[in-house]
Amino acid sequence: MTENLKIAVSVSGLSKTYNNGLIALNDISLDIMKGEILALLGSNGAGKTTLISIICGIVNPTYGVVKVGGYNVIYQYRDARRLVGLVPQELSLESFETVFDTIKFSRGLFGKPRDNCYLERTLRQLSLWDKRNTPVLELSGGMKRRVLIAKALSHEPRVLFLDEPTAGVDVQLRKDMWKIVRCLRETGVTVILTTHYIEEAELIADRIGVIDKGKLLLLDDKSVLMKKMGKKELQIDLQVPIDVIPNSILKYNIKLTDDHESLIYTYEKNSDRLGISKLLGDLAAAGVILKDVSTRQTSLEEIFVDLVGEKK
Amino acid sequence: MSFLAIQTIYIYEMRRFLRTLFQSFFSPIILTSLYFIVFGAAIGSKINTVDGVSYGAFIVPGLIMLNVMNESTSNASFGIFMPKFEGTIYEILSAPISFYEIVLGYVGAAATKSIIIGLVVLGTAYLFVELPIAHPGIMLFFLLMTCISFSLLGFIIGILSKNWEQLQVMPLLVITPLVFLGGSFYSISMLPPVWQYITMFNPVVYLISGFRWSFFGISDVPIFISLVAIIFFTAGCVMIIWWIFKTGFRIKQ
Ligand SMILES: Nc1ncnc2c1ncn2[C@@H]1O[C@H](COP(=O)(O)OP(=O)(O)O)[C@@H](O)[C@H]1O
Ligand SMILES: [Mg+2]
Repeated sequence: MTENLKIAVSVSGLSKTYNNGLIALNDISLDIMKGEILALLGSNGAGKTTLISIICGIVNPTYGVVKVGGYNVIYQYRDARRLVGLVPQELSLESFETVFDTIKFSRGLFGKPRDNCYLERTLRQLSLWDKRNTPVLELSGGMKRRVLIAKALSHEPRVLFLDEPTAGVDVQLRKDMWKIVRCLRETGVTVILTTHYIEEAELIADRIGVIDKGKLLLLDDKSVLMKKMGKKELQIDLQVPIDVIPNSILKYNIKLTDDHESLIYTYEKNSDRLGISKLLGDLAAAGVILKDVSTRQTSLEEIFVDLVGEKK
Repeated sequence: MSFLAIQTIYIYEMRRFLRTLFQSFFSPIILTSLYFIVFGAAIGSKINTVDGVSYGAFIVPGLIMLNVMNESTSNASFGIFMPKFEGTIYEILSAPISFYEIVLGYVGAAATKSIIIGLVVLGTAYLFVELPIAHPGIMLFFLLMTCISFSLLGFIIGILSKNWEQLQVMPLLVITPLVFLGGSFYSISMLPPVWQYITMFNPVVYLISGFRWSFFGISDVPIFISLVAIIFFTAGCVMIIWWIFKTGFRIKQ
């Protein structure tokens, strides 16, 4: 029971087949803890939006049970939905309303009594207070995204969903957003965000879930996952091809390419950078002459291949 | 039941109405005046009286019904189509409310607007003709029920419409003919027998007849049948909306 009280959202055996026969979610189960920031990582079409939509009551599940705060989202939808705020992926807003009216509408719709002080604070936090009397129609894309966030926060949710919040968003808003997300967590709000950027998940999340083709491939603490996922490669192009890797650098995780013209050094992103300078030093000592060096982050696709491969 | 949510939707919709207050009243007033000039003056001078009522007065209930039915359907259908079109329906669907709160908010606002417009048309009519109201209570009841039921119908149209064309074609293709052929401007008894029979399948006939009875005490069909018809029609619309929300048809995958 005490364990249950710590769970904000529980999803078990959730599947979704759309009317056209497409299987968007395939037997997903996960528990999201109160007060944590969970990032759902997955490429386009993975099923992230579908999962969020089912939890929020916008899409009907085909199979499975979803609970928010212990309330079943189908049978106890009033109690469940009261807890949830959603910032959708699309910029869907009432064009002709002013910013303030549109968030007042959201608050009322969720049955919360009027509290203009709270709404003012929310707008100020999102740098929207100056725009409160501007019709939504006249705002830029970034500003509209802020309005969507304000709408979701207007009814003081305990669980906040941010569906690809940084798509097409400028640096300032991104910073503001992470600041707000961290603030929310301090007040015990659970935040679930989706993204297809590993860096973003790494920056903000406590735990990371990886979704691909409607399946939850894994869900783990960030630190554990970044070990698995946060690999980088350093490619060292050689002035003169070599036949074998010199003995002195065999201790590094290094490979010689088939054409013998480059060395590939794989290292963990979060490990200290001393490894690279030591390696380069040792290479110079071994008399290897470098032409060029470049680094590259393993892509999400490669990680999926890795993860799926590991599972088999 | 969340009264706050109903109130929020209702006020939101009414404010849209207030923003366009001028157009909202202007067109019914102009239209009504034109009808009086064309039908009342031009045709009325040839017809004189229908069932003992001057033609100018005779057409008033039909005119009010015509306006009210059009306004109800277009307001209610637009009201719920807009969130679908703009995508903001996500918020309504994810709110802790049930279908009847949504319906009460949207349909309540649309019905309020059309009642006001119905009364404005009635007021305009007094500028042109002398008009007794024999049963004011029944008159208001019919007006109210017509506004509610056609707003419900409009709500259904708004949900079923996939685009702007469908949204506009449905009222034009279905409601306008039914109203015109429903005895707005003539008594059913003036039709040839075959048409009198066919007309009885038009639900609007019962509404207009009952509404007219409340003014003049004369009707094409017994008032009791009219009362039953309007209640059935309203109940039918409610059932369809209940089914739409239960199955999520065209609003929820
Ligand atoms: N309303 C719908 N009808 C049919 N298929 C859909 C619908 N919405 C999404 N899909 C499909 O479901 C899959 C998952 O979509 P989505 O949940 O939006 O993924 P993501 O948010 O991870 O990009 C995609 O293949 C998408 O095309
Ligand atoms: Mg998505």
